Amino acid sequence: MKKVHLTVDGAAISVPGGASILQACRAAGKPQPTLCYLETLTPVNTCRVCLVQVTGSRTLVPSCSRIVEEGMEVATDSEPVRHTRKVVFEFLASSVDLSLVDAETREWMDFYDVDPTRYGPAAPAAPAGARDARQAGHHQVPQPGWAETVAQPAKIQDELFVRDYGKCILCYKCVEACGPDAQNTFAIQVAGRGFDARISTEFDVDLTSSACVYCGNCIGVCPTGALIFRSEYELRNAGLWDEEAQTVTRTVCSYCGVGCNLELWVQDNRIVKVTSPMDHAVTAGHLCIKGRFGYQYVQELGGPATTPIDMVLAAGREGGFVEP
Amino acid sequence: MFGAAGGTSSYEEIETTDMIVLWGSNAREAHPIFFHHLLKGVRNGAKMYAVDPRRTTSAQWADVWLGIDVGSDIALANAIGREIIVSELTDGNFIARATKGFEAYAAAVDEWTLERAEEVTGVPARFVENLAHDYATADTAQVCWTLGITEHHNGTDNVLALINLALLTGHVGRYGAGLVPIRGQNNVQGGGDMGALPNKLPGFQDVADDEIRGEFEAAWGATVPADPGLHLSLMFDAMERGEIRSLFVLGENPAQSEADATRTRRLLDGLDFLLVQDIFMTKTAEMADVVLPAAVAWAEGDGTVTSSERRVQRVRRALEPPGEAKDDLEILALLADRLGFSWGMPTAEEIWGELRGLSPMHAGMSYERLDQRGGIQWPCPDLEHPGTQFLHGDLWEDPLPREPVPFIPTEWVPPVDELTDEFPIRLTTGRRLDSYNTGVQSEGFSSPIRVGGIIEVSPEDGAALGLTEGDQVRVSSRRGAIEVPVSFDRSLRPGLAFMAIHHPDEADANLLTIDAWDPLAGTAEFKATAVGIEPVEFSG
Amino acid sequence: MDLHFTSAFPSTPERVAVDRLLGGPPSGWTGGARAAADYHVALGGHHHAVGVRHRLLPALQAVQSAIGWVSPGALNYVAERLSVPPADVYAVASFYALLATEQQSLRMAHVCEDVSCRTRGSLRLLESLAGRDDVVPSPCLGQCDRSPAVLVQRAGEYDASLWNATAEDVAEVLEGATPIDPEPGHYGVPQSELGSDRLRLLRRVGTIDPYSLDEYRATGGYAALTKALTMGPEELIEEVKRAGIRGRGGAAFPVGAKWEAVVGQGPDRMLVCNADEAEPGTFKDRGVMEGDPFSLVEAMTIAGYAIGAGRGFLYIRGEYPRAARHVASALRTATESGLLGDNVLGSGFSFDIEIRMGGGAYICGEETALFNSIEGFRGEPRQKPPYPAEAGLFGLPTAINNVETLINLPLIVLEGGAAYASRGTAASTGIKLFCLSGDVARPGVYEVDFGTTLRQLIDLAGGPLEEIAAILLGGVSGSFVGPDLLDLPLTFEDTHAVGVSLGTAVVMPFGVSTDFDDLALRIAAFFRDESCGQCVPCRVGTVRQEEALHRLIGGVPLNGASSDLGLLAEIDEAMRMGSICGLGHTAGNAIRSAIALGLIGGRP
Repeated sequence: MKKVHLTVDGAAISVPGGASILQACRAAGKPQPTLCYLETLTPVNTCRVCLVQVTGSRTLVPSCSRIVEEGMEVATDSEPVRHTRKVVFEFLASSVDLSLVDAETREWMDFYDVDPTRYGPAAPAAPAGARDARQAGHHQVPQPGWAETVAQPAKIQDELFVRDYGKCILCYKCVEACGPDAQNTFAIQVAGRGFDARISTEFDVDLTSSACVYCGNCIGVCPTGALIFRSEYELRNAGLWDEEAQTVTRTVCSYCGVGCNLELWVQDNRIVKVTSPMDHAVTAGHLCIKGRFGYQYVQELGGPATTPIDMVLAAGREGGFVEP
Repeated sequence: MFGAAGGTSSYEEIETTDMIVLWGSNAREAHPIFFHHLLKGVRNGAKMYAVDPRRTTSAQWADVWLGIDVGSDIALANAIGREIIVSELTDGNFIARATKGFEAYAAAVDEWTLERAEEVTGVPARFVENLAHDYATADTAQVCWTLGITEHHNGTDNVLALINLALLTGHVGRYGAGLVPIRGQNNVQGGGDMGALPNKLPGFQDVADDEIRGEFEAAWGATVPADPGLHLSLMFDAMERGEIRSLFVLGENPAQSEADATRTRRLLDGLDFLLVQDIFMTKTAEMADVVLPAAVAWAEGDGTVTSSERRVQRVRRALEPPGEAKDDLEILALLADRLGFSWGMPTAEEIWGELRGLSPMHAGMSYERLDQRGGIQWPCPDLEHPGTQFLHGDLWEDPLPREPVPFIPTEWVPPVDELTDEFPIRLTTGRRLDSYNTGVQSEGFSSPIRVGGIIEVSPEDGAALGLTEGDQVRVSSRRGAIEVPVSFDRSLRPGLAFMAIHHPDEADANLLTIDAWDPLAGTAEFKATAVGIEPVEFSG
Repeated sequence: MDLHFTSAFPSTPERVAVDRLLGGPPSGWTGGARAAADYHVALGGHHHAVGVRHRLLPALQAVQSAIGWVSPGALNYVAERLSVPPADVYAVASFYALLATEQQSLRMAHVCEDVSCRTRGSLRLLESLAGRDDVVPSPCLGQCDRSPAVLVQRAGEYDASLWNATAEDVAEVLEGATPIDPEPGHYGVPQSELGSDRLRLLRRVGTIDPYSLDEYRATGGYAALTKALTMGPEELIEEVKRAGIRGRGGAAFPVGAKWEAVVGQGPDRMLVCNADEAEPGTFKDRGVMEGDPFSLVEAMTIAGYAIGAGRGFLYIRGEYPRAARHVASALRTATESGLLGDNVLGSGFSFDIEIRMGGGAYICGEETALFNSIEGFRGEPRQKPPYPAEAGLFGLPTAINNVETLINLPLIVLEGGAAYASRGTAASTGIKLFCLSGDVARPGVYEVDFGTTLRQLIDLAGGPLEEIAAILLGGVSGSFVGPDLLDLPLTFEDTHAVGVSLGTAVVMPFGVSTDFDDLALRIAAFFRDESCGQCVPCRVGTVRQEEALHRLIGGVPLNGASSDLGLLAEIDEAMRMGSICGLGHTAGNAIRSAIALGLIGGRP
């Protein structure tokens, strides 16, 4: 591919044609914040935290999806960029529970001096199902003095997933992973409109009644912990989740012959979750239900060497076993 | 195929191929991540045909589904071959340069007109014709299959019939064109690689070859028999004849996984000594005289497995094994010790080093390189070699640097278990997405989509039998009968029924299946059983 | 595709509604009863599904208009017929305000509560209908000259627009009365009613029968197409360039350049006419489509010929049922008369036009959102580039033009580009339609040359009803301007010079007694309701803007009024700089200008 020459914050760089501005920035040693972007998914440029300024463009440009052009001048730290990124992060932080975003995002939020309290105190959480019932175009009158949020009870409908949409920033990653970019099951989509937009099955039916095949690829791509393994959710609630104490070991799935690579997250000699490496040619980070959740047989949780983790994991599975 | 027992292509190639024929495979459920690659191909514009008696979740993605009758694969393949020949769509240069036996093949398929194919397969002639033309005229095309092809009494012939099509059209040995069997278990391919075949040494080297055998004998300090051993089905025949009196079973559950389970269990029961090494107390282990508890290879041990694209990858120890369970290697070394051989306690990497010294196709695969490269596809003869993305590229070299590949004509023979008035319904078996084999692993997690042991029939048959979903039915074959709940599935047409193999305790399909097996591969005809289905009448 | 359905089954009326649109199911695999022919073969798969996806919104609309909502059973049937996953169907259905995903009354009245109607009686109307569950407030219905405006969705019958509605009118129709379909004369525009004979774009509106091709031809119709077909596409584009005409939809892009960009792309090209006229205060395109539908059909045919398109789509907002009926009739008549379809007028050029109705979503007026809507996806805008000329509808090179833009074409063809350009100014050539509403004596669509001043235009509309405090120019995505700008010539360049925009040519004067706080809150609510929700700056920003405005106006500032003013400015900038599309870019314009003019928040 022909090289394209551009400048990033004044520094000249050349990258292969077809590269994104984000890739060019990274190549120039200038990482940018991202939330809705993932190497394995089609960029949707909706979160707007990776916006940069491109000379000649009236508005800011999403670096994740915009392809570099010869002679482009990119600024990643101009006043409009700083302001917009700051406010966008504040919009998210004031409306969504960001407690489980990664450390890098947290650092960016500190860098931009993000202050979600400027928009007022968070409004009380919506009752279960209320946000899912909202109809397009029907106005939600602001509650005086409060800042509207997406807070709502978590959806726990099975032993494998928790959907905690109070943490959802609507980055579309789960929709892409469930849909055209990987699984092609299309169990979930963005429904509704505007601030009432939400990830939903048809008519918000339970996941168990939907097309969901429990591959967990939505969890694999979720940047905010809104989609989370039941095991992790329960262990976090119990105060036992400890990433410092965890090891991550790469191995190969024990089921069919495709050879999917697994990353086993182990704490206290127990597998607490399973992911797949994004950079592996076979899976690109995606698994099926067996690879993602089928590890249980290697750990007998009710055995004599029961640990606190075992008790939580076993409780999370209670009643879920198929009767022999 | 053509000398090396592995699929010709890499998964990524299906993403850019022009034409996909998914034949006898429900990869959507049985090989979901392979299906991701396939769907990329479809989204990139590949035309897709699915050949399967059921309109499976995989087949629903196909532009055209050809719903053949169970066991009519060779009829279809031969008719496609004939149609390609009579329409002059063959790759004549490729045939002339890289193959032999075309004339005999052409003569053999000549009786397989489209009309005859329609009679035997049930698929209207024009769709057979369309498949033939689309396959032959595609720039690149892949034929992918799994057990729907191989689990027949003539499974090897089924495979050969498909290979013949690739030879006719030159759809092999090029990027994006190939023959792609997808393996059912995580190391079926690796087992073959390691010589767990009756006639092969590691690296698919012929056990009858004195020179090669000599190398192994020198390395191992032991004599290697020159005669091939027995494959699984022959072993059970040998047990029947009393020739095998003791059996060492490692990580298999034949008491539930073999066809005609009644006979299998009788034979296992009749052994003098049964030793089982497993991670579970399986049904087979329950019958054993001695059980050696093993560690879980992929999470509690180290080593390698080989995937369906010939990619050798590392498994690594993440957990301490429970109780007295030990790594397979350790158990074998301790056994050797008790039998009077001092092997020490070699690591997985040391054993792998020995293999690399003896198997040229693995020679370049150091653990370090396997780690760095996320696995390597064989053959990989030296440490500079990147591995082999697709096989048989040499078929396109001129002059041909190898023996021409033979066409091997195949003859259609209907399934052994005949449909009669008493057994009018064709039962076929397969997998479901969330379950695996006999369920010993997959039952360990609570799947929200698990349906348990049921038999599925077409809604039409259900209505004709006066059934409603959930009713208990008696399913009987010439070998046995079971009672299971019934469910209706629109992927089935009248006369076709389906059972998954995962719930032998609830619904043991293998009490029904026939143990007629393929003479070369030893694979049993799980896919074609004649059954009768009737409602179970409850009294009171 | 392997679709999974819930156990909800469609009722017979639901099936019938969908089958009437799509035809019966072609096989037992796509919603029909299974037969022996289905046992051994099925056609379908991904490529088939891609090809029929664009029928999704029409199918949902068919269900909505048949049974009054999109039920789970109907949704499953639509999903099965079109091979669209049910969750995707729901995602689309729940995007549009005119599609209901929960059961509601069979007749629903949508009463306009937007900026023009609310100052002309609609709030009182809503009040007197309060408590009815078959009455909902609505954003602008594009009938600001006939306030209060009401749209009645009627299951099983055509939707009806009510004008100058009273509570009794609404109640009668809701309870079963048939709304009165007015005579052609009612589509008239004030200028023709006043006897002006100088109208060119509007000359037929209200003066001919919109169903009559003969009357259209008798008044010069189809002379332009006849001439255009002899000119050839290249000459035609040259003439359009000479005319200097710029787009009338809001962006003011030169039409000739847009077309050239399309023609420079691949051979398979698409024409789209944007008739999703949803900017509050805008109703000019509706008038043309209702009163002179053939002019749009002729203009689209000329445009299609110029850019070499074989197909055109006309996307009419769902709130315009009468306009859609009139244009649909014109399309049928034109096709029957050889003026459309195969071999237009024997020229060898073939062209078809398909009407698509919007579903109640302002955002679908954004060109790329409109493409997604036609394609059967949620009406979410696409990030540009690529621009429509490169990859537009169905990914094809697409020329997308507004109704008003297109109906200038016959004039340009007949009189020549140079003559056309002699009107107006050098940078704003030709004639322009303006939508006058608010506090003017004769609200309506007015046709003037570019360069007419605000004052002249307001006088043309009978003058203000009271002393003007401010004029909303360009719609709610435009700005308020003060009376000091009454002598501003209305051109692209003059408005740009003072930092405002003509937008969709809304001119809405408000008198000194106007409650601007109320207007500003309505505008903030509008953007919140109409944001598609895709990008964060707009999705959250429109909410934060409304909240801050409430605090500011309610006198309960978070940390002092200045902080809320500052916050509003910060929100506005983030939306303007960071949003994907024009909705977010402009969502703060009117409020910013209202604050700057001292109309709200801290007014002395």
